[in-house]
Amino acid sequence: MVEPILKVEGLKTHFKLREGMLKAVDGISFSLAPDEVLCIVGESGSGKSVTAQSILRLIDPPGHIVEGHIRYRDKDLLALSEREMEKIRGDRIGMIFQDPMTSLNPVFTIGEQISEGLREHLDLKKNEAKSRAIELLRSVGIPHPEERYRDYPHHFSGGMRQRVLIAAAIACEPDILIADEPTTALDVTIQAQILKLLADVQKRLNSALILITHDLGVVASMADRVLVMYAGEMVEYGDVKTIFEDPKHPYTIGLMNSVIRLDDQRDDELRSIRGTPLVPINPPPGCSFRSRCDAALGVCESEKPRPSSVDGGHLVSCHLMRQGGAP
Amino acid sequence: MLRFITGRLVLTIPVLFGVSIIVFLLAHLAPGDVTTILAGPFATEVVKEKLRISFGLDQSLPVQYIKWLSHILQGDFGTSIANRRDVADLVFPKFVNTAILALSSAALAYIIGFFAGIFAAARPYSFSDRIVMGVTLMLGNAPPYWLGLLIVLLVSLNWRLLPATGMTNIMGDGGAWDVFLHLIQPMLTTAAAPACIVARIVRASMLEVLSQNYVRVARAKGMRRRTILHRHALRNALPPIITVCGLQLGYLLGGVLFVEVIFAWPGIGNQLWQAIQARDIPTIQGATLVIALAFVVVNLAVDVINAYLDPKIRASEKAGAT
Repeated sequence: MVEPILKVEGLKTHFKLREGMLKAVDGISFSLAPDEVLCIVGESGSGKSVTAQSILRLIDPPGHIVEGHIRYRDKDLLALSEREMEKIRGDRIGMIFQDPMTSLNPVFTIGEQISEGLREHLDLKKNEAKSRAIELLRSVGIPHPEERYRDYPHHFSGGMRQRVLIAAAIACEPDILIADEPTTALDVTIQAQILKLLADVQKRLNSALILITHDLGVVASMADRVLVMYAGEMVEYGDVKTIFEDPKHPYTIGLMNSVIRLDDQRDDELRSIRGTPLVPINPPPGCSFRSRCDAALGVCESEKPRPSSVDGGHLVSCHLMRQGGAP
Repeated sequence: MLRFITGRLVLTIPVLFGVSIIVFLLAHLAPGDVTTILAGPFATEVVKEKLRISFGLDQSLPVQYIKWLSHILQGDFGTSIANRRDVADLVFPKFVNTAILALSSAALAYIIGFFAGIFAAARPYSFSDRIVMGVTLMLGNAPPYWLGLLIVLLVSLNWRLLPATGMTNIMGDGGAWDVFLHLIQPMLTTAAAPACIVARIVRASMLEVLSQNYVRVARAKGMRRRTILHRHALRNALPPIITVCGLQLGYLLGGVLFVEVIFAWPGIGNQLWQAIQARDIPTIQGATLVIALAFVVVNLAVDVINAYLDPKIRASEKAGAT
């Protein structure tokens, strides 16, 4: 196996709230090969975004990374000074966020917002950065980039803004691109375009991509490996083929079943996972998913399941695995 | 942009018209009669009536208003009843004195307010943030007549550092340095409250902006902390701050009565106070109108600055729209 470019081990990011400790991310581990596409899936509030922001150390108080290691090449990102971290952000690891409508600074032209990263990290002169930024705008499919360079964000639609943000994120040709639900806020027709652009960019830069989504269709078409999260924990991790063809964890199986298929009968009831997601504030002992799980055992009440390897790289956190039988 | 300014200027005309009506009526609403003050409490009604006719106070209010307004429009503010001088000669120099105090206090308040506000916003809910905000809360609510006396007590009486009253030294040359020395204490007193208000709005507005998505994006791009604070955040936080700064300056230009009295600063607040005591209607009207005008001009400036800061308005000229 190739040396991973990013290795996350036992990451725990907790938020100290008045109601108690919110364990938004509680022991996530994964590794990322240099050209791999990893999809992180899970319901809203499962800790996907916090995981992504923890990698870039963008967590603000009351949130704190309380445990774990994040290793990028030979650097432990959690041990770096803020100044050293600033040199990694946007240069070696780029990030794209969920809501393009509010992600661009309204008082600066989009050109300035792309070239400022270039000038900061690559020490380019003003006009060098400008011509580079125009090339970037062209490469993400903005028509007439020379003129659009001087325009303000309010002149752009949501899809166009996300293109601009992608251009800004890839400006310094990062090794890793993190996209946190980049299409959730966009029209369906635009979503496909943006995803295609992301896939193209990832191939062109030959970079790794962490894509956060709750669209399993997207996962199927883009991912190499999949990490399924529930209540801040990893429930299943494996390559995309295994996860789709042979899901082991009852939660993953529930997710797969709730996908609507074209061959469903019209009057079939929509399938869902019963109950609501656990909010991990002072979580009780045992498995976080047990209250929604049809196969829950006695041990699920008292003991937290540890990730165990099913075969090779396929990890599942479920007591049923240890019992030897798939549910 | 040019269109915006023109449009905004046109809008001030009805505002000024309304202001003139209110200014005119307010002086007449006040109880008491100038004739009682001029002729004494035992004057007969006949004498009082003669006085009223001589000042034109016997005519109906609309007639008086139109006469007053047409004179104002010709630059004639009338004659003070109390001391028989041109109101303009009485009011304008006093307004200049107040403007010296108000502008310097405002400048000081803005500088302190911005520094304190940004300092606090950069480290929210920390110990130093709480200290700074605690001080602004106390100092911002300290009554100026108390603060002013405290400063005089320390600086002039105990330490004998600066002159306590007036604007110039009787024996001095009355030059800029002389005025400056006299200015320091009233300026500190006057600047205290606005500085605290500006500090609090700067902090609040900065925190609001710092929680925006585009700030997180800027951080994810690897921009430095200071660049984000001063370039990305402050620029977006400015509009409400400028509005508050303008309001504070507007109040200050209206005269800071307590400070003007404590430090015997010959300002318009002092002048207006004397005119009200004397029921000197033309002077009250003249002084109030000048103050109102200053307020309108400051508000206009605030709107123009905020329009300039907003790319949607600024860019409209280039696009030829709006």
